[in-house]
Amino acid sequence: MTFDNWLPLLTLLTSLLPGIVIFVLPEERVRWRTALNLGGSGLKLVLIGVMIWGVHHEHVYETRLPILPDIDLVLNADAMSVMMTALSGVLWFLTTLYAIAYLEKSSQSRSRFFGFFSLCVSSTIGIALAGNLMTFLMFYEMLTLSTYPLVVHSGTPESMRAGRIYIVYTFGGGAAFLIGVAWLKALVGSVAFTEGGMLAPYVDTYATQLRFIFLLMIAGLGVKAALVPLHGWLPKAMVAPAPVSALLHAVAVVKAGAFGIVRVVYDVYGIEFSAKLGLLQPLAAVAAFTIVYGSIRALFQDELKKRLAFSTVSQVSYIALGAAIVGPVATIGGVVHLVHQGLMKITLFFCAGNFAATLGVHHISQMNGVGRRMPWTMAAFTLGALGMIGVPPIAGFISKWYLATGALAAGQPWIIMILVTSSLLNAAYFLPILYRGWFQDAAETRSEKSSGGKLETHWMLLLPPLITALLALLAGLLANAPFSPLEWARLIATREYQP
Amino acid sequence: MSLNDILRPMNLPAWIISLPLLAAVVAVVLPRTGRWVSIFIAIITPLVVFKLCIEILVHGALQMQVGGWQAPLGIQLYADGLSAAMLAMTAIVISCSTFYARSYFSAKAASPFFWPLWMFLWAALNALFLSGDIFNLYVTLELLGLSAVALVALSQTADALSAAMRYLLVSLTGSLSYLMGVALLYAANGTLSIKMLATVGPASPSLPAAFALMAAGLIMKSALFPMHFWLPPAHANAPAPVSAVLSALVVKASFYILVRLWLMIFEPFINPSTAQLIGMLGAFAVIWGSVQALLAKRLKLLVAYSTVAQIGYLFLFFPLSSTPQTAHTAWQGGLYFVFSHACAKAAIFLAAGTVIYAFGHDRINKLHGIVRRMPVSMFAFALAGVSLIGLPPSGGFIAKWLYLNAALASGQWWWSGLIILGGLLATAYIFRFFSRAFSYFPEVVEGRPVPKIMEWTALALALCAIFLGLTAPAVTELLNAGKPF
Repeated sequence: MTFDNWLPLLTLLTSLLPGIVIFVLPEERVRWRTALNLGGSGLKLVLIGVMIWGVHHEHVYETRLPILPDIDLVLNADAMSVMMTALSGVLWFLTTLYAIAYLEKSSQSRSRFFGFFSLCVSSTIGIALAGNLMTFLMFYEMLTLSTYPLVVHSGTPESMRAGRIYIVYTFGGGAAFLIGVAWLKALVGSVAFTEGGMLAPYVDTYATQLRFIFLLMIAGLGVKAALVPLHGWLPKAMVAPAPVSALLHAVAVVKAGAFGIVRVVYDVYGIEFSAKLGLLQPLAAVAAFTIVYGSIRALFQDELKKRLAFSTVSQVSYIALGAAIVGPVATIGGVVHLVHQGLMKITLFFCAGNFAATLGVHHISQMNGVGRRMPWTMAAFTLGALGMIGVPPIAGFISKWYLATGALAAGQPWIIMILVTSSLLNAAYFLPILYRGWFQDAAETRSEKSSGGKLETHWMLLLPPLITALLALLAGLLANAPFSPLEWARLIATREYQP
Repeated sequence: MSLNDILRPMNLPAWIISLPLLAAVVAVVLPRTGRWVSIFIAIITPLVVFKLCIEILVHGALQMQVGGWQAPLGIQLYADGLSAAMLAMTAIVISCSTFYARSYFSAKAASPFFWPLWMFLWAALNALFLSGDIFNLYVTLELLGLSAVALVALSQTADALSAAMRYLLVSLTGSLSYLMGVALLYAANGTLSIKMLATVGPASPSLPAAFALMAAGLIMKSALFPMHFWLPPAHANAPAPVSAVLSALVVKASFYILVRLWLMIFEPFINPSTAQLIGMLGAFAVIWGSVQALLAKRLKLLVAYSTVAQIGYLFLFFPLSSTPQTAHTAWQGGLYFVFSHACAKAAIFLAAGTVIYAFGHDRINKLHGIVRRMPVSMFAFALAGVSLIGLPPSGGFIAKWLYLNAALASGQWWWSGLIILGGLLATAYIFRFFSRAFSYFPEVVEGRPVPKIMEWTALALALCAIFLGLTAPAVTELLNAGKPF
């Protein structure tokens, strides 16, 4: 075993070990906890940096540990996994900063919170680095388990209800996924992720079974990816504390589902083979329906976090949509949206948390004039919202552009209609918020909860959304720069389509 | 004699049986010292068992004549990988429970009978796993049953006494039925050794009858549906460490015997539909036990019904092992269920016992927000729950995975559906409790402080259940050592 064999495991352990230590730390050891959190996430960023460099230069990083005589736990850094790992690593770092400011002063059970928070990120990293379906499944279920205590953190009846619904949906999905994986294992004996897919040789013998397995796996993953009609848990789960919602919607749970769909389509079945089995049209239809449905539901929410939650339902399905269109351009659009949606959505949730924590504003109807009181936060929010709508040059525009041209190249112009509709709906539910925030006068004086001295709020609450908003802008502006998300998505697409 | 001479490989099985027996005797004669001797033995014996495991891993199965008499006259002790793994599981569970029991009983003015019975139960279990012939298995099974019944009665509440009475009747009937099967086999073949019985060629006409009697008796003792009626009251009313050991180990002993007899003697001669029938009973057990656990009002009753459900999984082994290519996967899966359930269920009973210790009751409705009061115990409960549900990474997951593979590879997909359904039901009953335990109520629940050791032993066992999910290659290697089947 060399360092290259250990690197993926080390990346995982940089959040897993601090998490375990944090569990046993006494509640009042704030400094230790903060040091562990930030130290772990900082170290993780360094390791991820090494992996990005290596994978770019065709380096192989793989940890392989046997879990059963015929199955290994494989953590493997390929182009796709490194992208997802980098996203998780960066956003975890920022969310940790944010969560420390958001929770450390007031809330109870912080050791428990940060312990599970670290476990949650470790699971995401595990999902990202998983080199076969078995490993993916293990971390996928671990993610469900470690997010439950975060969702029910406050222990109020409302959050307990949300937790129950979350459990029902996610474990139901997990069960479907498990059957799919076990069935596939029994059928073909291998569950490894392979660039370009590995099932093509079985097309004649097992076509029907493979269709069923695909259905089971996508249903299982679709729960977390919030594909309609499996999305019911997501709007409920937004009762969780703001940093949790931010992480859940941007990288952890929802992304795990979307990422899984991408993995199954590209690296298990193979895109051409999926198309040959006739699996992609239904997937595209479900994704398209989800995109429109989520946006329409978002229009009618007055609670800010709820509107954002429905917006997530809609936006995440862009990724599934990208996976359902054959052709490298659409692949780039879908894969790059993994990153872009993460950056934009986490910005929006951070900002929503800031409004709630600083001004006590939870509803859109109370947002009149918040831009004057908190201009920086509102500016970040505006960038995120415009990106979601797809205004150039913010990141969201790039995703949509590639999806649209990819759809045209694949001869499916109806998808452009979906994209246009979705953009209009996005505009319809985001622009009124911006209008209220910047241009309406505050009707009544608010009772402010906390003040950050000279700044509009605590600096650790303010900095993360500003950084992510900036990143979302840069990802769009510098889309052609080396190591930008778009360039990386191109790299992935080249490797997927070159057998 | 040096320590090495005493611990010669040949002597290890004898030590493993006699150490707890010694403690039991001391505890009868000198009740005060007995407690400390028991704790000392609870530290020593696992080390001896560990040495035996290593020995078997390296050199294969061990055989030993007690008193130098050869079979078929003398008592023969036999240890292969399967026995060693069962012994190791027993040692871990009883050792942790012993430490727990010391704190649990010290405050309550323990009955003088507890420590002798407790150590005697351990000796009986060890002897059972080391027996190489079907009559010795009967003797040890009977001893085990009697000490288990007596331990249930120690609670001395009216509920516990009536539960113990019922348990006694079932236990006696079960072993009697088993004994009649033994008599039939002996009459037909003239030997009691399992090894010899395995090689006796063509089936004698009494073989199916012998199997029916033995299986009926063992199934009763393992509490497979519909013979489970005695289990929930007995396990729910016993003192916490006793519940842990009963659920984790005692019901497994009779299952272990049945697996051995099935794979070594009966399997080729019995109609395959019998296996399906036993599997059906297992399926009913999974569903019935889980539904009852979902409806239970008391925490320990919930856990006891969960045992009924988990026992059901064990018996799916019979239909799943019906094709030659899946037999291996199936018995390894079954045994993996045994191990992971042992650790997880012991942990969960100990945690439930801690709840009772602190609050004086275990009514689920009144346990709001106890996650904040006893985080370590609840963490243990949660980890053990993960294994019971069968989520990765845990021993329960490996067990389910092996079963799923066996079911799908042998073309019996309906069992895989049942396994998934059972997992979902388990999720429901575990999280039903947790949605109480996590919920926040402003008023503080009153309760007395809990000794740390009680919380940490439960957590240690729960961690074992999780680690079983990461150490499957090693465990299966041990299981295969000495080629049990």
